Amino acid sequence: MSEFTPTKTLDARGLQCPMPVVKTSQEIKKVSVGDILEVLATDPGSMADITAWCKSTGNELLKMDKGDGVFKFYIRRVN
Amino acid sequence: MNETDAKKCSIVVFSGDMDKTMAAFIIATTAAAMGRETSMFFTFWGLKAIQKGNPTGKGLFGKMLGLMNRGGIDRIGPSRLNFGGIGRWMFKKMMKDKGVTSLPELRQMAIDLGVNLLACQMSMDVMEITREDLIDEVADVVGAATYCNEALQGQALFI
Repeated sequence: MSEFTPTKTLDARGLQCPMPVVKTSQEIKKVSVGDILEVLATDPGSMADITAWCKSTGNELLKMDKGDGVFKFYIRRVN
Repeated sequence: MNETDAKKCSIVVFSGDMDKTMAAFIIATTAAAMGRETSMFFTFWGLKAIQKGNPTGKGLFGKMLGLMNRGGIDRIGPSRLNFGGIGRWMFKKMMKDKGVTSLPELRQMAIDLGVNLLACQMSMDVMEITREDLIDEVADVVGAATYCNEALQGQALFI
């Protein structure tokens, strides 16, 4: 997978459900369509939740990284 | 995503317990975060979560109820193991330590995300709770038909 540069980063580390998804929905509005939002989270539930949110809203989950207890999501805004 | 295609989310909040109310607000805020039109219908014990917290009631029974069933979002306790308030305090502390958003913050989040807070006319009448006893952000006071109509258009939950 090619490297991409996120336009914005949302640090949701330390936040529990529903905050990672809720904050993602708020932050995505601050990037332009086509731009990439990087979301950092420590909540293990966020893996399934962010994926479900992307599926539900139509935004594209480009990549999901797991490392050192921090999950990184790269989401492209579609609409 | 086409907003009109998204299924609505309609939640009846019948319970006045902290644990169940939290579940209701978490689901509501998440549904709203997904772009779905979300409504919460607070009825009976659930009215506590949208009351300002002042004593309520007009007649003798109403006033007695208002004292024993005092409203206000920071007053409500868990459905079990409340032990006169110690359980509520313990749960609040455990949730805070684990970074869980508190109930008042969840309610504000729901308001900010455009979740419709609606109150049940009938239970307000019975319990002698007036519109002035409810927080300002409550959008409307409605009846069962409003809930049934909303629920038909999407996901319906009873908490």
